Amino acid sequence: MGQILSQIKNGESAVVRAILESSLKVKLMEMGLVEGKKLEILYRAPFGDPIAVDIDGYVLSLRRDEAQLIEVEVQNSTTP
Amino acid sequence: MKIALLGNPNTGKSSVFNMLTGLRQHVGNFPGVTVDKKTGRIEIEGKSHKLIDFPGTYSIYPRSKDEEVVYKSLCNPESENYPDAVVVVVDSSNLERNLLLFTQVYDLQLPTLMVLNMTDLAAKQNKTIDIAALQTLFPEATIVSSNARVKLGKQKVVEALASFRERKGHRFQQELNFAAIEDIAAQEQETKIRFEHIRQEMATIERISKKTVPASRGIDKILVHPIFGYLIFGVVLLIIFQFIYAFASVPMDLIDGAFANLSGWTSSILPAGLFTDLITEGIIPGIGGVLIFIPQIALLFFFIAILEETGYLSRVVFIMDRLMRPFGLNGKSVVPLLSSVACAIPGVMSARTISDWKERMITIMVAPLMSCSARIPVYTLLIALVIPSETYFGFMNLQGLVLFALYALGTLSALFIAILLKWIIKTKEKGFLLLEMPDYKFPRWQNVGITVWEKIKVFVWDAGKIIIAISIVLWGLATFGPSDRMETAAAEAHNEAMKQNLDEESTNRLVASVKLENSYIGIMGKTIEPVIAPLGYDWKIGISLITSFAAREVFVGSMATIYAVGDDSEESRPLIEKMRSETYTDGTPVFSLAAGVSLMVFYVFAMQCMATLAVVKRETKSWKWPLLQMGYMGILAYLGAWITFLILS
Repeated sequence: MGQILSQIKNGESAVVRAILESSLKVKLMEMGLVEGKKLEILYRAPFGDPIAVDIDGYVLSLRRDEAQLIEVEVQNSTTP
Repeated sequence: MKIALLGNPNTGKSSVFNMLTGLRQHVGNFPGVTVDKKTGRIEIEGKSHKLIDFPGTYSIYPRSKDEEVVYKSLCNPESENYPDAVVVVVDSSNLERNLLLFTQVYDLQLPTLMVLNMTDLAAKQNKTIDIAALQTLFPEATIVSSNARVKLGKQKVVEALASFRERKGHRFQQELNFAAIEDIAAQEQETKIRFEHIRQEMATIERISKKTVPASRGIDKILVHPIFGYLIFGVVLLIIFQFIYAFASVPMDLIDGAFANLSGWTSSILPAGLFTDLITEGIIPGIGGVLIFIPQIALLFFFIAILEETGYLSRVVFIMDRLMRPFGLNGKSVVPLLSSVACAIPGVMSARTISDWKERMITIMVAPLMSCSARIPVYTLLIALVIPSETYFGFMNLQGLVLFALYALGTLSALFIAILLKWIIKTKEKGFLLLEMPDYKFPRWQNVGITVWEKIKVFVWDAGKIIIAISIVLWGLATFGPSDRMETAAAEAHNEAMKQNLDEESTNRLVASVKLENSYIGIMGKTIEPVIAPLGYDWKIGISLITSFAAREVFVGSMATIYAVGDDSEESRPLIEKMRSETYTDGTPVFSLAAGVSLMVFYVFAMQCMATLAVVKRETKSWKWPLLQMGYMGILAYLGAWITFLILS
């Protein structure tokens, strides 16, 4: 089941399925958010926004608005 | 040879630039954009080459106006910045993402050097990069590894710069033509294809032996904590401001004193005359007026650079972003606005990190509303003059409360104007925040030092010219008057002083006062009297309003000149007494409570600082923004002071 990145809880991992159409789409892709990329939600700022995400060992923070553009699939935290 | 320096943000690109060029850096402009073009000279095998530092980007395709310089310079051999060779700084700990830009540059067919930087970080993450495999993938590129933060690999990079490999047409992506700058669909397609290809190759290039959790994660738990995060930021701010107030005043007083002495000494050795006056009263104080800002700029950027170098600044942005957004601002606006409490100049200059154009403009436009330290002498004088020193509830001093209210008024109006500007300024793009949060590092003092040095240089050279020019104009207006009006008045003042048997000092003060009154500025002060009368001001205040356009604290000195008292005593007692006893012809005091508070409100809002205007011009690269700023702040000051006067009188 596809979910939106902004809905994922802290500590959960997910895999990018698609980036929704928007003016930020290419920018997000260029920052490494391409299909199949594994992410981990690290923590949120107070008030739940922005969100800090681990992508391949680098930490990206993005606002909830930007996180809503990213469709992901949650993975079980016990990765093989 | 012209060498371009490219790389993703946060790859240590500026460390590499600093490592290679040291202090031989020059800040200039890229055509049509507000980003600075930093160039430096490097000596390679006895020949001098030019290294151009381009803005950090994730791709050669621009995602903002300022990023266009990368595409426009690299893809157009006609461009004045078209390089002969390219250095791409790559973050070894984040190779996959960094390779997008690298493969694009590689395919441009320019001689290319890859600097695999931040090798220490990769090692910490147990990532090993197979350089031989990387070399097979990019046979026509030179590849060196370095850790520029500790200057490791400088020799290797310099040697590599001397031996770029010849390009014979090898490409990473064979069947791919570069997209046009506006063809977003093609760029998206290209990004996708490149990343797919890069991912296939990653398995052979990189090995991760064991996944580790960096120490930063644990520290972050505290630094972005909903309570401790703000608490710690508050403490950090407190320490920074303590340092600035404790240490900036000493060199500022020294500069002030040194220039006063220089003026005195110069006028004593030069023959009396207009030329001497121009030098001693126009140019020397003008230069002093530029240099006086250096201690505050240096100290603020020293701390900002440390916060940035350590990685803490991005955490501040992270916890403040949500709070600033309703005002059309951004987490990155926090540092510029808070710096402006000390001085708006470094505040405006530090707004450069805000990548979103609209949020950056709003930040710059409202920053001077934050009450800066130059307002303190004005506030102190006026509060002592009209606010009684009463204490409520045993500890609330009325004078202190008024001072607090003035600071609060400045801050609240900055936020309010920000909201207004958010509605007024229209942009096509929606604001966003995509911010890398680098691992915590110990600051590199060379980088901190170079940042401070560069900011001072930019201020002194770019803003300094404007400040000195305005100083000379103001000097001219205060020194000259129509026909022999000033001389006649001065002669009368001399006679008057003789009659009253005044000593030499008092005579000089009286003459200076009369001269100022009859100068062009004096006439301007009198001319605007009908305009400022509704605010409760007379022409003497009018004169000081005009002279203090140079800088707010000049108000105190001008008032002292007009009232023919010395302003050298710490408490300005004689001045306060004189102002307090000043009455209109009908006997009512000039400095009533209403007029005094009205004047304070005026100084909260008015853009009485040519140095800030000059810096806004420098940072926005146009006169439009500083003029708009002066206009709206002037209207705000006039209306605010008028309403205050109406209510209180």
